[in-house]
Parts: sequence; structure tokens; C-alpha cells
Amino acid sequence: MLKNEKLLKFLGKKIVRFIILLIFVIILSFLLIDMSPINPVKTYIANLGVVSPEKIAILESYWGVNEPITTKLINWLANILHGDFGTSLIFRAPVLDVIKERFTASLVLMLTSWLFSGVLGFILGVVAGFKKDTVVDKAIKVYCYILQSAPTFWIALLFLMVFSVYLGWFPTGLGVPVGTLSENVSFWDWLHRLILPMITLSVVGIASITLFTRDKLIEVMNSDYFLFAKARGESGWNLIIRHGIRNILLPAITLQFLGFSELFGGAVLVEQIFTYPGIGQAAVSAGLKSDVPLLLGIVIFSAIFVYCGNLIADVLYNFVDPRIKEGEENE
Amino acid sequence: MSEQKKFTSIYGPIADMNLRTKTLLTIALTVSILVIVIISSLLINAGDITTNFDAMNLPPSLEHLFGTDWLGRDMFTRTLKGLGLSVQIGAGASILSSIIAVALAFIGSINKKLDTFIAWLVDLFLSVPHILLIILISIALGGGAFGVTIGVAVTHWTSLTRVLRAEIKQIQTSDFVKLSERFGKSKLWIAKKHILPLVITQVIVGTILIFPHAIMHEASVTFLGFGLSPHEPAIGIILSESMKYLATGNWWLALFPGLALLILVLLFDIAGENIKKLLDPTSANE
Repeated sequence: MLKNEKLLKFLGKKIVRFIILLIFVIILSFLLIDMSPINPVKTYIANLGVVSPEKIAILESYWGVNEPITTKLINWLANILHGDFGTSLIFRAPVLDVIKERFTASLVLMLTSWLFSGVLGFILGVVAGFKKDTVVDKAIKVYCYILQSAPTFWIALLFLMVFSVYLGWFPTGLGVPVGTLSENVSFWDWLHRLILPMITLSVVGIASITLFTRDKLIEVMNSDYFLFAKARGESGWNLIIRHGIRNILLPAITLQFLGFSELFGGAVLVEQIFTYPGIGQAAVSAGLKSDVPLLLGIVIFSAIFVYCGNLIADVLYNFVDPRIKEGEENE
Repeated sequence: MSEQKKFTSIYGPIADMNLRTKTLLTIALTVSILVIVIISSLLINAGDITTNFDAMNLPPSLEHLFGTDWLGRDMFTRTLKGLGLSVQIGAGASILSSIIAVALAFIGSINKKLDTFIAWLVDLFLSVPHILLIILISIALGGGAFGVTIGVAVTHWTSLTRVLRAEIKQIQTSDFVKLSERFGKSKLWIAKKHILPLVITQVIVGTILIFPHAIMHEASVTFLGFGLSPHEPAIGIILSESMKYLATGNWWLALFPGLALLILVLLFDIAGENIKKLLDPTSANE
């Protein structure tokens, strides 16, 4: 009971902090857009062609044209708090609807590759650590260092070139097939289009988790309790599983949750190259076509996404680790 | 370790060296490659990259190491020029970035309130994915080399600031700082005489290690279309152009410029890690 109370208090504090942070993210991004040469009303009119004067008036009042920046900002913040994120120019739909649809598609892509790279990276890290200084370890290390230095979009380009263009295993334009509504796409069609971006994003994300796991395992292997276990006669994989993995699993999972920001950044690039209809691709088109409401909306939701990852990592770190729990009970 | 190796010279001259010499050699090698790339890219005039319709879409050969593009331009020259551009923007962004980091770390060391504020500022800048923030800043500043440099600089100071904050906190609890405080030395004096000399290596290493990230982010943002303008021979531009020719089988357009960028980033990483090793006395002679 006491623990739950503590967790709730912790979460409450974190959420209050986050709301303050989010407000500043909103202000910051709004100021940046306001600084830019983009005029939201003019781009709107340019995109829609003939617009009635009443519509222009509505738009001007939404964006607070001819008003000082503070009023503009407060207006916009108030709109956001009421759930009115404006209307997207390029999708001609409310921003919230666009984000909901796009983010779901991206979440599937990001979470599957997150899981995949986490599991694979962890296994590779354990193998490299256990076989320290052997050819296997060196091969894994070289692979990680190269991947860390490789631009994500270039890896994606190469994969597209090899698997789609030359081998023809996957379609090149990985969006929804032309002429079909997104609701009519079959599950297999959709899966077929998910695989390549998913693999690319996983491959790129493996390096950091592998190197981290390797270092942690080597640290554990140099510890006294590990030596003691060895002296008792334990050896081989059994030893690694009982004394190594148990101790490094939680930090590794924590690290993986902290990587949501990188994951999102990778998804932006990967989605753009594979034309996967996700939030990243929407962000790029919004930026290129000056779709201000959509871009600001995406920034806000990406911040929420990143924060969720950090929050889970914090909770794991502070509440799940049995050693920390025990330490608190003894206080 | 090195003593033992001196007697076993079967591994040749490299095994004879101690780690310090090896580190120095690695640094010298990587830095000289980087310098060659930068100088040769500066020697290339944009005018030298001429279109040649007799040599369109040629695969790599001895004459054109990286092949030619659909306008008959030599891809090797374009890539080299692009790398030079990347290094310039990377240098600008990472130096600017570490200036921000140092300034904020020192501001944070003044008192507890400011320290909390700096920590919060780090959180704020880490709360939005870097790439989105760079895009936003680049748009705000009207794009181009300036926009992208500032964008990258403003997003990459966080890790160095964190390192410096921890370092400065530790130094501030040391006896010699406390003694100086008792003697009535000003905070500025302590910062200049006690703290700065101790963190300067961290700053140098930090700046070099920001480099690879800066280069990669610049290329990514340019690739997406928010960075350098399309007529500049940046790697991001070259690669985004190459996308249109993937289906026609011009694989060399995407492979080599990206590979060159990867090697450049890797070289900076190796140089940075080795300089870190060299400047950190505890690991220099391991």
C-alpha cells in the first residue's frame, strides 16, 4: 500500500513537471514559427485558392494576425487547451484527426522495431561481453561502431535499393497502394509494407544497446560476487544467466526506454524514404509545405511520446529494481 | 604491458609502441586524413564540377572513381566538395554548441536556483526529438547553411553541459576552492583560476565528440529538404537527388557519397575518442 502511494506521488510530481515543460515547448515552438518567414494565413489562402472574406477573417482571428505576439500566443494556447489544434492545410482535416491516424501507424513501426532492436541488441551485447576479446566480440563491436557512424537515411536508402529495387521483395513506394482507401488495405498488404522500414529502424537502433549491454556485462564479470559464483563451481551460460543477465537486464531496458527521442528521429527519416504514412512523414511534408498547425501539433505530440519513454524509465529505475526497493524499506 | 612487448618484436614496429604512441599515431593519421579532405575540398571550385553530357550515368571506373550522375558530373569531386561543406558546418555548429554548453554550465555554478534552471533547460531541449527541433529552428531562420548550423548548435549542447555541470560541482566541493572562498576570492576568480583549467580538456574533447553528431544531423536535415539549398553540393542534397535514380539502377549515386560520409564521421569519432584517452591522465598509458 505504502509503495503504491509513493508511486502515485512520484507520478503526480512528474506529470505536473511535464505539463510545465509542455507549455514551454508549445511557447518555444510557437515563437520559432512566428519568427519564420511563413505567414500561416497567406499559405492557407495560397493553398486553397479562392477563399471567402469571412473565412479569411476566421483564420486571421485564429492566428491573431495584426495582434501583438503575447495575445497571439495566449489565444493559441487557449485553443490548444480546448483541444482545438486547428486544421491541417495539406490533409484538409482537423490536426488532431491527422495526428491520431498518423501516430498510430508510426507507433506500430516504432514499437515493433524498438522491441526487435532491444531484444537483438541485448543478445548481441551479452554474447560480445561473454566472449570478450574474441573474434565474435570484435566483429560485433566493429558492426556497432560502423552503424553508429552511419546516417540513418543512407542505411534506409541502401535497404530500399537492395531489397526493393534489386531483389524486388518489397514494393518501392511503401505507402497505401494507389487508389485504395486506407480502410480497405488488407492486413498482409500492410504487414508487407511495414517489414522493410521496421528492419531498417531496428538495425540502426541496435548499436547503442549492444555496446551498453556489453560494457555492463564485462563490469559484472569483474565483480566479486561473480568471482564467488565461479569459485562455487558455476560456469558457462548458466553463470551468465543467473548472475549476469539478472543484473544488467533492468539498466538495459531503462536505456531502451530513454531512446524514444532517437527512435522518433530515426522514424522521421525512415518513413520519408519508404514513404510510410506515419507521423514523421507528415512532419516533413508539414514543414516543407508550411502547414503550421500540423507541424506544431506534431511537435507537441512528439514531446509527449518522448516524455512517456522517460517516465517509464524513471519508474523502472526507482520502483522496479528490487535492490532500490529493499533499500527504501530498510530506511 | 609495454615493457613486455618490447622484447617480442615479431609483431613488427606497431607492437613495440606503448599505448601513448599508438594513440598519438591514430590521432595523427585520422587528423591528417581529415585535413586532406578539407583542403582538397577547398581547392575544388564549384565551377570545376562541370556537366558533361558525353559521360552521363557512368558506373564507377578509374577515371570516375565514384561514377558520374545524370548530368555527367564526376561524383567523386562532388562528394569531396560535399564533405568539405559538411566539415565546415559541423565545425561551426559544434564550436557554437560547446560555447553554449560552457556558458550555461558556468551560469549554473553560480547558485542553486540557476543550477536548477539549467537542468530544466536541458530537459526542455531533450523533450522534443532533435530532428524536429532542428527542422523548426531551420524554418524559423529561413533555412540555408545559417539556419541549419544554428539549429544543430542549439540542439547539441545538452550532453556537454551535463558533463561539465557534474565536473564543476565536484571541483566546487574541493578543498582548494573552499580555501579560495575563505580568502575572499570572487566567484569569477575561482571560475577562471580553479575551474576553467580543470575542465578545459573536457570542453575540447566534448567539442570534437559533438562533431560527428553535428555532421550527421546536418546531412539528415538537408536530406529532408530543410537545410542547405538544392544547388549546393552537400551530401544530403546528393543523396536526396540519388533517390530519384535508384529505380534506374544507378546504385553508385547513393552508395559512395553515403559511405564517404560514414567514414568521415567514423574518423572524427576515432580521433575524438583517442584525444580523450590522451588528455585523460588516468587512461593515457594503460
